Amino acid sequence: MTALATSSSSRQPISFAFLAQVILIANSFIMLYPVVVMVLSAFKTTGEIFEHPFALPDFTQIGNFAKVLGETSMPAYFVNSIIVTGASILLIVVLGTMAGYAVARYESRTNTFILLFFLAGLMLPLKLAVIPLFILLRDLNLLDSRWSLIVTYTAIGLPSAVFIMAGFLRSLPAELEDAARIDGASEPRIMWSVMLPLARPPMAIAAIQNAVPIWNDFFFPLVFIQTDAYKTLPQGLTTFMGEYTTDWGMLFAGLTIAAAPITLLYIALSRQFIQGMTAGAVK
Amino acid sequence: MANVSIRDVRKSFGSVAIIKGVDVDIQDGEFVILVGPSGCGKSTLLRMIAGLEDVTSGDIRIGPRVVNDVPPKDRDIAMVFQSYALYPHMTVAENMAFSLKLKGVPRAEQKKRVGEAAAILDLEKLLERYPRQLSGGQRQRVAMGRAIVRDPQVFLFDEPLSNLDAKLRVQMRVEIKELHQRLKTTTIYVTHDQIEAMTMADKIVVMHDGIVEQIGAPLELYDRPRNLFVAGFIGSPAMNFIEGRLEQAGLALPGGVVLPLEGHVPAAPGSELTYGIRPEHLQVAPAGAPGSIPATVTVVEPTGSDTTLIAKVEGSHLTVALRERCALKPGEAVALKPLGQQGHLFDDQGRRIAAA
Repeated sequence: MTALATSSSSRQPISFAFLAQVILIANSFIMLYPVVVMVLSAFKTTGEIFEHPFALPDFTQIGNFAKVLGETSMPAYFVNSIIVTGASILLIVVLGTMAGYAVARYESRTNTFILLFFLAGLMLPLKLAVIPLFILLRDLNLLDSRWSLIVTYTAIGLPSAVFIMAGFLRSLPAELEDAARIDGASEPRIMWSVMLPLARPPMAIAAIQNAVPIWNDFFFPLVFIQTDAYKTLPQGLTTFMGEYTTDWGMLFAGLTIAAAPITLLYIALSRQFIQGMTAGAVK
Repeated sequence: MANVSIRDVRKSFGSVAIIKGVDVDIQDGEFVILVGPSGCGKSTLLRMIAGLEDVTSGDIRIGPRVVNDVPPKDRDIAMVFQSYALYPHMTVAENMAFSLKLKGVPRAEQKKRVGEAAAILDLEKLLERYPRQLSGGQRQRVAMGRAIVRDPQVFLFDEPLSNLDAKLRVQMRVEIKELHQRLKTTTIYVTHDQIEAMTMADKIVVMHDGIVEQIGAPLELYDRPRNLFVAGFIGSPAMNFIEGRLEQAGLALPGGVVLPLEGHVPAAPGSELTYGIRPEHLQVAPAGAPGSIPATVTVVEPTGSDTTLIAKVEGSHLTVALRERCALKPGEAVALKPLGQQGHLFDDQGRRIAAA
């Protein structure tokens, strides 16, 4: 029985691994193709894009970027996107970790209820509630400000962050906290010096999986923001699309700039995904 | 250093009583081992001494002070955990210095104390490593180092060796014992392994089901167990037990054998008693020898230094530990003769009533 299983399993993985590789390569091609076209097109004029859509451009031709950064409000949109995404992620990770720690570690009857309350947030698409949300933000005098986006995104992102952090913090050995308690650490100190350094991988996951949709979000800025100075990138980029003509080269340059930070963030944090920080904590 | 006194301590989780009134006195500098099967409450008791669990009722004193409501960090104790609980993101030196850092000890002093502890435990070359880069035994030593740098009144060990392999366990056992002899700090050590308890302790506290069954020096418990539980728990291989009935001529065992009893037995004739005899106190005798128990060999386990014989008697099995090698084979008939006055008699409540 065992021999049979090993002989068949030693043959099967090869074909399975091969198939997996083919699927993964095809998938990366599908994923990367639009990105590559976008970057290449950013270095072409609109005419060149339509004449030679697949040709390699002259990479020294950075007129599109100069125009986007110099003649449009793109830098302001960019700063707004950074402020809104950065502040939202900071709030989500900080509050999510604190709530997750409380849910995971302090035993009380309300714990399950609080966790379920957060989880309920995962199941409600907030876009359905956009009208009450609009009225609420209007009454709070937050409409047409960056805060309207920050508080909305934080509310949307918290449930998943709490869920991820609580799940991870629960898996950390309680003896670590006991050891810190005996060593003389206060509760905030245990959180800061012992748990947080270990919780970096799930925090990275919570940060990235929230940062990408927030950075890309078009819906809420469209509803909440009217003033051009407060617009974020996705909303701002639409101003490049004219009613009759569109400068495609400029639009692709804008898109490339818009996509760059989140891509870099993803590459930077993806190491944290893989890193097993608790190796060696317990045997 | 300090003595520790535990007075009528109880602990319940909700309506479930885990510790049902425990009294233990631990002298200054003593090495005390709490031993018992899993679930007996020994770890809970240790965690109560550490301040990691609340005391439901009773008093715990460290030195002259009742510490029931004192937080762990102010009890002047250090604890070594079963999983070592080393901070994975800190180096060995940082792990050991963490408590000093929290106390605000100056950096130079921290370094000096970590250095001293590292020297004692032979950790000097590992100070810059991370826990994941260490072997099990090294991690264990770092965990002890973390306890030593604090120079506490009391060391608490919670099953510190149970994650190590057998050989390393024996080695660390010796190291912990040597460390105690050197530092002379009061030590409370929890284990389920009675060999650890026997070899390391000045005093053993045998716990079972939330109560203390017996407290005493290792050989005292071995030679004069107060009841059936202690008799069966302490000693490896475990003590043999045979049920019998007290008669005029001695103890009538199943199968018609009557074991002659010397001395006075404080029980009424006809009462049901349990006879206990340690494996090394049984001898292989010529068949039919007076006072011997006829048996059939089922298993022979030669370990080199001695031989363990498992033999079937009427209604049960007996284990015999022989110092000499033996040529017996499974299936052979033997006669087993207890050495005089080395056995124990227990009444129907499990209390030891006499030697036999």
